[in-house]
Amino acid sequence: MNDIEIKNFTKKYGVTEAVKNINLSVKKGEIFGLVGPDGAGKTSLIRSICTLLVPDSGSILVRGMDVSKSIAEIRSILGYMPQRFSLYQDLTVEQNLRFFADLFQVPEKEREIRKKQLFQFSRLKPFQKRQAGKLSGGMKQKLALSCALIHTPEILVLDEPTFGVDPVSRQEFWEILRIIQKEGTTILVSTAYMDEADQCERIALFFDGNIKGIGTPDELRANFKYPLYKLSGSILRDLKISFSSFEEVHTTQLFGDSVHVSFKKEPDEKQWGNWQESTNNNLVQWTKLKPTIEDVFLDLMETK
Amino acid sequence: MSENNIAVKTELLTKKFGKFTAVDQVSIEVEKGEIFGFLGANGAGKTTMIRMLCGLLKPSDGKASVAGYDVYKQSENIKKNIGYMSQKFSLYDDLTINENIEFYGGIYGLSKEIINSRREKLLDQVGLSDIANTMTRDIPVGFKQRLALGSALLHDPPIIFLDEPTSGVDPEARRGFWDLIYQTSEEGKTIFVTTHFMDEAEYCHRLSIMRDGKLIALDTPGKLKAQYGKDNIQEVFVEIVNGE
Ligand SMILES: Nc1ncnc2c1ncn2[C@@H]1O[C@H](COP(=O)(O)OP(=O)(O)OP(=O)(O)O)[C@@H](O)[C@H]1O
Ligand SMILES: [Mg+2]
Repeated sequence: MNDIEIKNFTKKYGVTEAVKNINLSVKKGEIFGLVGPDGAGKTSLIRSICTLLVPDSGSILVRGMDVSKSIAEIRSILGYMPQRFSLYQDLTVEQNLRFFADLFQVPEKEREIRKKQLFQFSRLKPFQKRQAGKLSGGMKQKLALSCALIHTPEILVLDEPTFGVDPVSRQEFWEILRIIQKEGTTILVSTAYMDEADQCERIALFFDGNIKGIGTPDELRANFKYPLYKLSGSILRDLKISFSSFEEVHTTQLFGDSVHVSFKKEPDEKQWGNWQESTNNNLVQWTKLKPTIEDVFLDLMETK
Repeated sequence: MSENNIAVKTELLTKKFGKFTAVDQVSIEVEKGEIFGFLGANGAGKTTMIRMLCGLLKPSDGKASVAGYDVYKQSENIKKNIGYMSQKFSLYDDLTINENIEFYGGIYGLSKEIINSRREKLLDQVGLSDIANTMTRDIPVGFKQRLALGSALLHDPPIIFLDEPTSGVDPEARRGFWDLIYQTSEEGKTIFVTTHFMDEAEYCHRLSIMRDGKLIALDTPGKLKAQYGKDNIQEVFVEIVNGE
């Protein structure tokens, strides 16, 4: 039996359908990612799984129990961290952690181990005595995450957990998620960070309330059919504009210090030479690239 | 650099909260028209720095001038010359997009005529013209963030402070937002921006990286990569954050 089983699920607000007839299952013990633009329906789906919204049609089963019937049973095995979760601003870091550990009745020995792991990621140890309200934005988010992770639920649901968290801490946060996974917890997580999508075992790409792709990151990458190259040049924005105008080009995207360009078919050496000329040597280097999830995502958005 | 080419200048700028030093003797000069990136781990002091430069928080020590005005004595002049989009940008959910713009125009003391004459161009620029009468609560974060930028630009300030404008925003909307940042910079405006996305760091003209309130590095992305012997800013960032 799957831990979460979603069949023909639809959620409406008034006449607009936030989530349209989707099917999805989360296996026991996996880390499953919901990836999609803001407003695509991820939060509506998550809140429904957590028994906080009632489906308009279709069904959601958590460990075989119906979210519209077995509310108390589901809540007892499920840990949920909502988007923009707020802490007790006038309690200190330490008091907030203790409050949540007490709430979930975490045994003393266990909480010490977990606290140590969490401090390693959050780097909040030196600030234990500081009131939550006086932390920086990202520090607040890390404290909220720590409070959510202080106990180990059977199923953990996190809505955009790394909002505003710096890149070093994000990496360490994912290491903690894997520790929790090893302890047997099933994890469902939504994110706007495409590098995090790659850390999940399986992901669903969400657009406009529909699922546009579902599978392992490698499976989704395999759907990207166009030859993809990473280009570097002297003036990247101009390089992108030049390539967008070439007929052989499918899409162009800026990626930090390079431009990713996908082609309708594999270009040959002569073409590259021509392009160097027609960009007045703004094109400096090109290397074949395996698509990232971000490439897949952007391609789906452009061609939707 | 000639003095009148400088948009923001600080000398040993410091902020203490009790015994804790959140910003520690930071000296920077930002040129007019620059896109200046401000990086650092959570708690490094980015927001504190921005709030001092916007005249919202009094420094404990050091000097700072913004648009030629002193942060200690001329914070009212500074407010007229800057646009500020805070980390938690505050829009009114129960107002429409149009009404939010009017509201912000009112805060800056703009007349109805001026607001109306600028609104259309502005909404067009940030791509919200078609939904100008939609309730703000019904639009996704990516649109709210554009509206927040539009509101910050309404009084046509020469300097704009953007504190994590793209957190929680999907890759396509982030790219659209950076196109807007570039357009704004090409109009000659100075942009001071913080981000936790390292690809965005590469789009800045110059970058500063802070750790524990101190300025550790400041240069163009290319020179920082060369200086630290790294392939990308992500690696430079990790090295600086983990360094002692
Ligand atoms: N009112 C306050 N009292 C005490 N400490 C404060 C106060 N405001 C901020 N701080 C501390 O100053 C430090 C810097 O905070 P700041 O918000 O500037 O960080 P930041 O670099 O913007 O981080 P983030 O990336 O998380 O937004 C943090 O340690 C924070 O807890
Ligand atoms: Mg901040």
